[in-house]
Amino acid sequence: MSHYHEKSLTELSRLLHAGDISSVELTDAYLSRIKQHDAVLNSFITVVGDQAMQQAAEADKVLRSGGAGPLTGVPIAHKDIFCTQGIKTSCGSKMLDSFISPYDATVVSRFKQTGAIVLGKTNMDEFAMGSSNETSYYGPVKNPWDIGTVPGGSSGGSAAAVAARLTPAATGTDTGGSIRQPAALCGITGLKPTYGLVSRYGMIAFASSLDQGGPMAQSAEDCALLLSTMAGFDEKDSTSIETSIPDYSIGLENPIEGLRIGLPKEYFDEGLDDNVRQVIQSALDRYRELGAELVDIALPNSGLSVPVYYVVAPAECSANLSRFDGVRYGYRCDEPRDLFDLYTRSRGEGFGAEVKRRIMVGTYALSAGYYDAYYLKAQQLRHLISDDFKRAFEQVDVIMGPASPEPAFKLGEKAEDPISMYLSDIYTIAVNLAGVPGMSVPVGFADNKPVGLQIIGNYFDESRLLNVAHKYQQSTDWHRQIPEDFN
Amino acid sequence: MSLDANDIKAIAKLARLKIDEADVPGYATNLSNILDLVEHMNSVDTEGVVPMSHPLDVAQRLREDIVTETNQRDELQKNAPAVQDGLYLVPRVIE
Amino acid sequence: MNYEAVIGLEIHVQLATKSKIFSGASTAYGAEPNTQACAVDVALPGVLPVLNTEAVHMAAKFGLAIEAEVAHRSVFARKNYFYPDLPKGYQISQFELPIVGSGHIDIELESGETKRVGVTRAHLEEDAGKSLHEDFAGMTGIDLNRAGTPLLEVVSEPDMRSAAEAVAYMKKMHSLVRYLEICDGNMQEGSFRCDANISVRPKGQQAFGTRAEIKNMNSFRFVERAINHEIERQIDLIEDGGEVVQETRLYDANKDETRPMRSKEEANDYRYFPDPDLLPVFIDDVYLDQVRKLLPELPDQKKQRYIQTFGLSSYDASVLTSSRELADYFEIVTAKTGDAKLSANWISGELAARLNKEELEIGASRVSAEAYAELLTRIKDNTISGKIAKDVFEAMWNGEGSADEIIGSRGLKQITDSGAIEAMVDAVVASNPEQFEQLKGGKDKLMGFFVGQVMKASKGKANPAQVNELMRKKLQD
Repeated sequence: MSHYHEKSLTELSRLLHAGDISSVELTDAYLSRIKQHDAVLNSFITVVGDQAMQQAAEADKVLRSGGAGPLTGVPIAHKDIFCTQGIKTSCGSKMLDSFISPYDATVVSRFKQTGAIVLGKTNMDEFAMGSSNETSYYGPVKNPWDIGTVPGGSSGGSAAAVAARLTPAATGTDTGGSIRQPAALCGITGLKPTYGLVSRYGMIAFASSLDQGGPMAQSAEDCALLLSTMAGFDEKDSTSIETSIPDYSIGLENPIEGLRIGLPKEYFDEGLDDNVRQVIQSALDRYRELGAELVDIALPNSGLSVPVYYVVAPAECSANLSRFDGVRYGYRCDEPRDLFDLYTRSRGEGFGAEVKRRIMVGTYALSAGYYDAYYLKAQQLRHLISDDFKRAFEQVDVIMGPASPEPAFKLGEKAEDPISMYLSDIYTIAVNLAGVPGMSVPVGFADNKPVGLQIIGNYFDESRLLNVAHKYQQSTDWHRQIPEDFN
Repeated sequence: MSLDANDIKAIAKLARLKIDEADVPGYATNLSNILDLVEHMNSVDTEGVVPMSHPLDVAQRLREDIVTETNQRDELQKNAPAVQDGLYLVPRVIE
Repeated sequence: MNYEAVIGLEIHVQLATKSKIFSGASTAYGAEPNTQACAVDVALPGVLPVLNTEAVHMAAKFGLAIEAEVAHRSVFARKNYFYPDLPKGYQISQFELPIVGSGHIDIELESGETKRVGVTRAHLEEDAGKSLHEDFAGMTGIDLNRAGTPLLEVVSEPDMRSAAEAVAYMKKMHSLVRYLEICDGNMQEGSFRCDANISVRPKGQQAFGTRAEIKNMNSFRFVERAINHEIERQIDLIEDGGEVVQETRLYDANKDETRPMRSKEEANDYRYFPDPDLLPVFIDDVYLDQVRKLLPELPDQKKQRYIQTFGLSSYDASVLTSSRELADYFEIVTAKTGDAKLSANWISGELAARLNKEELEIGASRVSAEAYAELLTRIKDNTISGKIAKDVFEAMWNGEGSADEIIGSRGLKQITDSGAIEAMVDAVVASNPEQFEQLKGGKDKLMGFFVGQVMKASKGKANPAQVNELMRKKLQD
């Protein structure tokens, strides 16, 4: 049995380029691992084995003939929120169970162009609405560190698959913490870029002003490689930013002596699990040893980020999900009596409970007489929350804190209580509201469950985030840990 | 903020969602709790604060007026539940 | 009691862009169903809108033309409602911050007075698709080719007081958008459509009555009929002790009546909010100056010029400037004939009548401006009389050749040789001696008889002025 799965994406890329392994071998090995382990984890909705093997054979030709990029021949997986031409794109919903996308998302075609191999599509909370992966129509994903617990969400399938080494890397999306929280709970590295850095074209919209795609992998070094491919202006996305994209791998080794790390007191409040607090503290100690300076700061309005988010995100989603009406694609109820019946039953039957809840909250918040009190108020507070970050970055280079208030919780523990579920994202949501980039980096274990350190950067400061994370990972091996049952 | 069964039904109708009668009370409780959480927004005075719709303060980029798309009907309609003569079919609409 | 109608119009102007407002699909009319509906237009999951620069440019042109403020910053919003021809379940429109603010246009009333009608605003939005209700086994078919076609919705103030005023406003707006070349103006194809808000109130009352909205009017004639019908309906209702209810009504041209719209029965809650997929549109003064420089001469300016430089009547100038094509036709003809009044008379007379009879626009005239100018030149240089010119025009219209060719082949050239005319006069006098005596005796009425006989003898070719003159001379002999 090969041990490729112990290697990082960066290492695999080197082996492929050196000709030590072929993409066909590598792809086959990962497909075998998926076959072997995913019955337990349920991290994939769709696996495209034959197609992956064909792509791998093509990639091997390119690798042999020259002209290969760093990701040529490397297997990856896409969160099932990204449209993939000719492959089912379900978004974790019964609504799109039969939907075969006729086009590729920009992120998907960028990976295709570099010759990366797509193993399949990963499980997720339905329409990315959830923090535990339990709202998926395809059933919950298990956390490979403890299969009685959740992997986090909504990119739970991607996080679990990377953690269990069923894929070297995966794409994710983050609207309120959907990359960072599952990365933390599964002990992997995930990055949510600055809003506008990665194209949203073909990424099924949840909350358009918050959604952002990003990489999930073992290490910051891997994420840098992935982000260099994912990021960049896209003329099909009006909110995509015309900015030059650096090679994110270049600055990884920069020294971090003198780095000013801001510690917002609001991120270390009584809501934080004590064991998690200790693990975070030791990570911060390590940064101090690496020459960084820790500075106490405040993000005074961050306490309002959850309430603001639960107006903004549902409002946007209530409109974004109106297109799912049973007319042009997707689920359609049996024998609709009339138009109203077609709409209400197709949507009522096609969407799960959490999706319906959020659509209704958003519909209510936008409805006549309530707009000012809810939506407008939330947009104003969003400004204040965003200003908090602007002020903070005048004092510090990065902000650090926990990515999640607690480690992975038990399956079903919060499923019936939306509010407690929503609070899982209490430390991640403000980042999306402001649009700044954030990462989660594995920094240890609490109760044998992974803990993620959140690193937040200023707008378009991804290079620094990756550098800061990489320096830590060079001096620790938390990111190299593999759950026992999957090694 | 507390929503009752009638509120839920009205919202569900506006959102075109069929909610089973038995599930209405559950949604009423959930939504009321969510709105209670949201009420915390009122703890901050936002008088005069400019609402923020976008994380980045940039202008809309404009596309050149050129036709770039060709006929993709067959491809797009492969996913359609009901089509005839190139048209998407829905139950009869009375204007 | 005397009632007064209060009317405001919402005109939907389809902008004549090549591609759609938010996608690269073609806007050409009449394609096979759904062949011009791309991934963005059918609202596939994940697709995003990108704004067409030309739509913004056209809206700015319009704004400047009605002397409105073109917004420095305008914002697109989502208007949420479910309908099968609206694929996203929301229409991208503008709500709080439209691209064009308040402006105005001047219309001419039948009395000859000019009335200023306020334009509240004009905003950019996307058109919906079409529902086809022919029987598809009891189903409705949806064609999304039109979905995403750019519209400029122009909302007027409730300034109009009769159907005639409403039509005058609509015609002026129709002319304006074609002058600006921002709309093809084709009403049959729905490029220029109108909804009307109508209420009535007792004359002298300040407060507005309850209004009804009439939709689905795509011709000037229908607008006039539908509004008149609706005014009557409301007055009858009030006089019978009833009350007008605020509702949307559909005009049925076949039955010439309005009826409540089933699909609009429910009070709408559109839940507008800024579209997060689109950013604010910024327009600066530099841009506006460029647009302003490229604006064509507008109807009102042109009309003033015609009055001042050509000495035309206000009425003639209005008629000739009512469309840019007509004005262009007039200017070509005038340039060639060197006679603006002659050109104006013949264009608004003979040519207009013919076009009207065949329901043709000036662009479809079978006699070109150049050819028409040749004909008028022959009147001016006395080659033919006005009467003969009408026959020549008829022949030209039927494709028998140019004015000179027809005059030549039919031998219609006017007889101006006074010897020849005198001989004809003599012959007519000789064969009607009694009448000639009576004429001499003072029965002036007979003058017409003699001139007519001479003209008849010349087969209409004698110059009538010359005939008159020679007849008078004969009497004095």
